[in-house]
Amino acid sequence: MTSITTATRFGEVVEASVERLVAQCHQLYESPALGTLVRAGSPDGDQSAVYGVVSGVETASLDPSRRAVARGADAASEEEIYREHPQLEQLLRTDVTVTVLGHINGTSLNQYLPPLPPRVHTFMYACASDEVRRFTERLDFLALLTSMRTPTGDDVLAAVLRQASTAHEQPNEFLMRAGRAVASLLGGDMPRLNAVLQRLPL
Amino acid sequence: MNNDFPFDEEVDPASPIGVVVGGSVSRGLEVRLHAGAAAEELKVGTFVTVQGQQSRFFGIVTDLDLASADPRFAATAPNASPAIADILSGTSTFAIAKVTPTLALSSMEEAPKPARSLPGHFAKVRRATNDDVQAVFGSEDDRHVFIGSPLDMEDSRVCLDLAELVKRSNGVFGKSGTGKSFLTRILLAGLAQRNVATNLIFDMHSEYGWGARSETGYEVKGLKQIAGARVAVASLDEEDARRRGVSTDFIVQIGYDEIEPEDIAILAPTLNITDLGVQAAYSLVRHFKNNWVSSFLAIDDMQGLADQLHESQSTLDALRRRLAQFQRFGFLSEGGVQGKGAVATLMDYLDRGIHVVLEFGRYGDSLAAYLLVANLITRRIHDQYRRRTEEALASSGKEPLPLVITIEEAHRFLSPQLANQTIFGTIAREMRKYHVTLLVVDQRPSGIDQEVMSQVGTRIICQLDNDRDVDAVLTGAPGARELKTVLSRLEAQQQALIFGHALPMPVVVRTRNYDQSFYSEFSGGFDDMLTVEAQRKKDKEDLFG
Repeated sequence: MTSITTATRFGEVVEASVERLVAQCHQLYESPALGTLVRAGSPDGDQSAVYGVVSGVETASLDPSRRAVARGADAASEEEIYREHPQLEQLLRTDVTVTVLGHINGTSLNQYLPPLPPRVHTFMYACASDEVRRFTERLDFLALLTSMRTPTGDDVLAAVLRQASTAHEQPNEFLMRAGRAVASLLGGDMPRLNAVLQRLPL
Repeated sequence: MNNDFPFDEEVDPASPIGVVVGGSVSRGLEVRLHAGAAAEELKVGTFVTVQGQQSRFFGIVTDLDLASADPRFAATAPNASPAIADILSGTSTFAIAKVTPTLALSSMEEAPKPARSLPGHFAKVRRATNDDVQAVFGSEDDRHVFIGSPLDMEDSRVCLDLAELVKRSNGVFGKSGTGKSFLTRILLAGLAQRNVATNLIFDMHSEYGWGARSETGYEVKGLKQIAGARVAVASLDEEDARRRGVSTDFIVQIGYDEIEPEDIAILAPTLNITDLGVQAAYSLVRHFKNNWVSSFLAIDDMQGLADQLHESQSTLDALRRRLAQFQRFGFLSEGGVQGKGAVATLMDYLDRGIHVVLEFGRYGDSLAAYLLVANLITRRIHDQYRRRTEEALASSGKEPLPLVITIEEAHRFLSPQLANQTIFGTIAREMRKYHVTLLVVDQRPSGIDQEVMSQVGTRIICQLDNDRDVDAVLTGAPGARELKTVLSRLEAQQQALIFGHALPMPVVVRTRNYDQSFYSEFSGGFDDMLTVEAQRKKDKEDLFG
């Protein structure tokens, strides 16, 4: 994945809680990848930006009561479907689920849940490389990820580490360090630990 | 953090090995080792220190254990890639070292004392430094002799307290070829040089007086060659000494009239004499009074004698057959000895502070000869010392210089059957009441009576191969269970576990070298030794700047 030099705005918060955000992408299908470090709130002068990672990406119908319908029975390719039905762009949406990992409180960056969630319609940004590197220097946020009791939690964890490693000068060294921190957190759970470590490019 | 302690990460960052994570006074501390090669290099027997809040604790590593946070680890281990193994080591998988904290040095005191408390969790553990060794074992001086270095610490010196050593009987144990003789030579040279006691050595295989050839084939010097005029070599076998080209200071001859029934008792197992035979000996003495051995061996009418003594003839016949072996011993003379006699001559030397090595020559191969002579001479010498001590106490006069008697094959003298009957058992039990103690050298400590073993003050133990010997030699030792693992891991040569009165705590040492520098250090008195040391240091500085 190529490194991003500046933060990229990709969507808006449509649901917000202290531990979880849902953001809708401005463009269909244009969401950051699973595991990307994202920020709710502008980086310039904003006192209460909230950090999180993409823990889910979903594309579905805008109207929850109306499902998407298969249209390609006579089409030759998938692109043809979209060409023949330009209204699809308006009927579908891509949503991103974000697990909150930290926030900025004045000048200090804290790797625990914020006191209040961001407001709805706050802009969401995918963080730039050096922002990722700064955030992941400390590994305290791993505790929040390992305690996610979702079926995909460990996959998300692995994705976060994979993405974050590319922002560091020595990705392998970062992965080893993070791996040890995860090993300490998962402590006795060897199968789970193995599953996470095997998803890392070590 | 107590600033008086030189225990500082900056001072010695290289050797922290782990932190305390559990343990008890009875079973020792559990130390979780930091990951890395350092864990693999840590040996059982290594001397370590533990930094508590107010005291520094000293101990040795007594066991090592590999553990994992998850009991399912063994099932998933084969799938781990090298990178994963690297991540897991030190986090989910780790090594635990058991450390028995024996001594504690509190920040307010000068010298370490036996540890009665424990450091807390998270206390840092590291390898001992040379300063630690010196704080615990002291430096070389007129009562401490350098005997070896702790494991992996070639620059440090463990010193034995000789004054404490001779307050009790002591033992050097180990199977053949492990270096017992070298350790014994070092001890004897130390005792001789520091003038802490006089030595009488019953040298079975002519190893201690003049030089010998070591197992690897090179020459090693004996006490006579090192200490010269302060050592006298006596021999039972003049011919043997001549053949070897060594000079002896006097030849030992023993008269038949000096043999007593107690001497027969100690020979009973070796010569196959029954209890009845031993009893008969006592009857014979009552009957013949002096010269009973000569008279008995010369008797014609055995039946008549048997009737007179109310003993069975077959017993007497058997006894005579066994005792006839004495006629092969050239050092025994039937007519008694002229002049002063061996014991008086020995006492002369000992009184002048001269150490005596008694060589057995060809008779060293005869266990019966060794037992007979050692027992007989010791009995009489002990008797002399007892008398002198009692006289000195009565008249507040000068007490005799302490005497250390060295015997080999000690289990023959101190077996459970004989320990109560022989002078050696008595000496061991009465400790230093009459200024006589033993230095026993033995490869079969399981053959030694347990009560006697528990009286052995300081034990120097080389490798032993038999479980029973290991158990026997640790009888009555504090922390025996932990020391057992250490003992079973000793290397075959030049390593010994030492504990007892002469040391503040048990320690595993690599024995110092017995070589030219040793000879030159011990050839003079203690002051001369300091001069030699100083000269050597100066030479080293001149050479290396």
